[in-house]
Amino acid sequence: MSEETRQTQAELESLLARGYQHGFVTEIESDTVPPGLDEDVVRLISRKKGEPAFLTEWRLKALRHFFTMAEPHWAHLKIAPIDYQSISYYSAPKTKKDGPKSLEEVDPKLLATYEKLGVPLHERARLAGVAVDAVFDSVSVATTFKEKLAAAGVVFCPFSEAVRSHPELIEQYLGSVVPYTDNYFATLNSAVFSDGSFVYIPKGVRCPMELSTYFRINALNTGQFERTLIIADAGSYVSYLEGCSAPQRDENQLHAAVVELVALDDAYIKYSTVQNWYPGDADGKGGIYNFVTKRGECRGRNSRISWTQVETGSAITWKYPSCVLKGDGSIGEFYSVATVNNHQQADTGTKMIHVGRDTRSTIVSKGISAGHGQNTYRGLVRMLPSAQAARNFTQCDSLLMGGKCGAHTFPYVEVKNETATVEHEASTSKISEDQLFYCLARGIGAEDAVNMIVSGFCKSVFKELPMEFAVEAQNLLAVSLEGAVG
Amino acid sequence: MENMKNPDTALLRIENLHAKVAGKEILNGLSLTVERGEVHAIMGPNGSGKSTLASVLAGRPGYEVTQGRVSFEGRDLLSLPPEERARAGLFLGFQYPVEIPGVNNVYLLKAALNAQRKTRGLPEVDAFEFLTLVREKMKLMRMEDSFLSRGVNEGFSGGEKKRNEILQMLVLEPQLAILDETDSGLDIDALKIVAAGVNSLRSPERACVLVTHYQRLLDYIVPDQVHVLIRGRIVKSGDKSLALELERRGYDWVAGAAA
Repeated sequence: MSEETRQTQAELESLLARGYQHGFVTEIESDTVPPGLDEDVVRLISRKKGEPAFLTEWRLKALRHFFTMAEPHWAHLKIAPIDYQSISYYSAPKTKKDGPKSLEEVDPKLLATYEKLGVPLHERARLAGVAVDAVFDSVSVATTFKEKLAAAGVVFCPFSEAVRSHPELIEQYLGSVVPYTDNYFATLNSAVFSDGSFVYIPKGVRCPMELSTYFRINALNTGQFERTLIIADAGSYVSYLEGCSAPQRDENQLHAAVVELVALDDAYIKYSTVQNWYPGDADGKGGIYNFVTKRGECRGRNSRISWTQVETGSAITWKYPSCVLKGDGSIGEFYSVATVNNHQQADTGTKMIHVGRDTRSTIVSKGISAGHGQNTYRGLVRMLPSAQAARNFTQCDSLLMGGKCGAHTFPYVEVKNETATVEHEASTSKISEDQLFYCLARGIGAEDAVNMIVSGFCKSVFKELPMEFAVEAQNLLAVSLEGAVG
Repeated sequence: MENMKNPDTALLRIENLHAKVAGKEILNGLSLTVERGEVHAIMGPNGSGKSTLASVLAGRPGYEVTQGRVSFEGRDLLSLPPEERARAGLFLGFQYPVEIPGVNNVYLLKAALNAQRKTRGLPEVDAFEFLTLVREKMKLMRMEDSFLSRGVNEGFSGGEKKRNEILQMLVLEPQLAILDETDSGLDIDALKIVAAGVNSLRSPERACVLVTHYQRLLDYIVPDQVHVLIRGRIVKSGDKSLALELERRGYDWVAGAAA
């Protein structure tokens, strides 16, 4: 290695070592349940939230089922043992009265936290046209734009509020896509979920704005178990944005969320995530365990569900946003950029289950690995016997930076209908020294050059994101990954 | 030796340059001086070190300078990282321009121009101004508008890639352009276009070093000096007629004379 190569390398490593920028803790009095998991804790959570009996029962069924299950270990991940009895399953910021009625009543410290995260509350929200249902630990504290949405008949509120205002919808749809028996972490979530978002778009309504929720884990040693349910009634459309970050701590924190989407006839749900949970430090200490179950069901004819995710954070990411294509002619899409740096691990991908005739799915996965990061794409395409003339196209590309990281691809394909077609393309490449040098030789700095090359690599995914998110995603990539050559 | 009383006025001065690639010595005591306003052609057989010279000057990783010095506008060129060399006004036209998928051609060019302008204390060029400039240069290079929206060299033909290199050069307006076999793989029409591009940038302030196998290019870009590079050093220099003689008699003629 020449002197210059070494210098470039050193420079790149210092860029990679850039710290997490959202690692602050808000000091705020919390109403936290002591650590531990049993039926009393579940009942307590349900009671604190004033839930109807059917929901308490559903939680308890999930808990009982959970105790019969074993932690899954099939993913390409190294996970330190999790002691589920040492986690506190409920943490709500204490408020003086029953809860804030308006932004003015919200604790200014909370609002300052959102400010640091760049959540566009207040005027910025209105200007940006984004309605934010901000989830702080477990309880939603501020919801904007409710009135405007209400005028369109759209329901967008904290999950716990929907339990009170629309119990019939909750009872009908909760667990209808991800049953409480689904998997270890989804089952745990079903028992102890604290809050989340609920969206209902009525028939024929095009949601007048992008809906956005910012999740943030704040309290020490609390798991966060959101539950999100989005129902798009016939002929409706909604674009939902989810952004995440968490403070910097030495301990690992568990985040086991469940997201259920239901699209009825001709409905279209576009769900975008930019995930920037704390990834742990450069030695792999601390960071979020992000074990999330996300699934959408295209229940109606010609319905469409599109997942777009940009995953830059978390110590460990384990999630497979999936589509069950039941309705004839329905469409499922998955566009993903997953980056790992330092000691981060990601095992992510999607499942496309083709049930109906003429169903179509598209999978575009871009994995970027740097440092000691391990990045796995795991995807399943299943064509059931009923999936006449169904089609899938999958493209998986991996980009490696440096020689200590890894990229792995596990595509599973099951075809039970011979008229179905499945196409798969895969590539693994390094940021080539030639590409980097080309940019340098034009006067572009190493940092900008790598950023440019990576953005180019991710372009087909970024173009699926709503504009304001695409910019944020690009910035996040810049922070988490700039630099590194093989 | 640097002498304060007689500052070096040469644009580029290479003295006794030795360089290794993968442990193998390729440049072996090369010296060359390029004054402002001059065009130099460097010719030589395969493996004589022509492209290595271009790469070493531009600062490509993997090339180790073991001896000698290079000054550019009086500055120690070899101590600068590649991007600094570019910002100082040195341009390398690549023999094999690399493809960068998904990165827009014009975006890269604009980033490059702005990075260079920043170093010179100039404000960023605004989008409209920039597009006007690029369109004007594209016209000269006979490039179609669709090129604006394509990825960097993505799916370009060999000729398009070379024209793109010259386009970049025209937009960046370097003090010194080193064109590494820009003529290879070009048909006669493309060669004329490329030559017109290079000639349009000729001025008393700028200089150009053409690295080439064939004298054909020199019919269109007439050099002030021609050098023959063999086994890593310049063995013969002359004017344009040297190139013609080489074409007639082959490199063995010079190699034999040099031995």
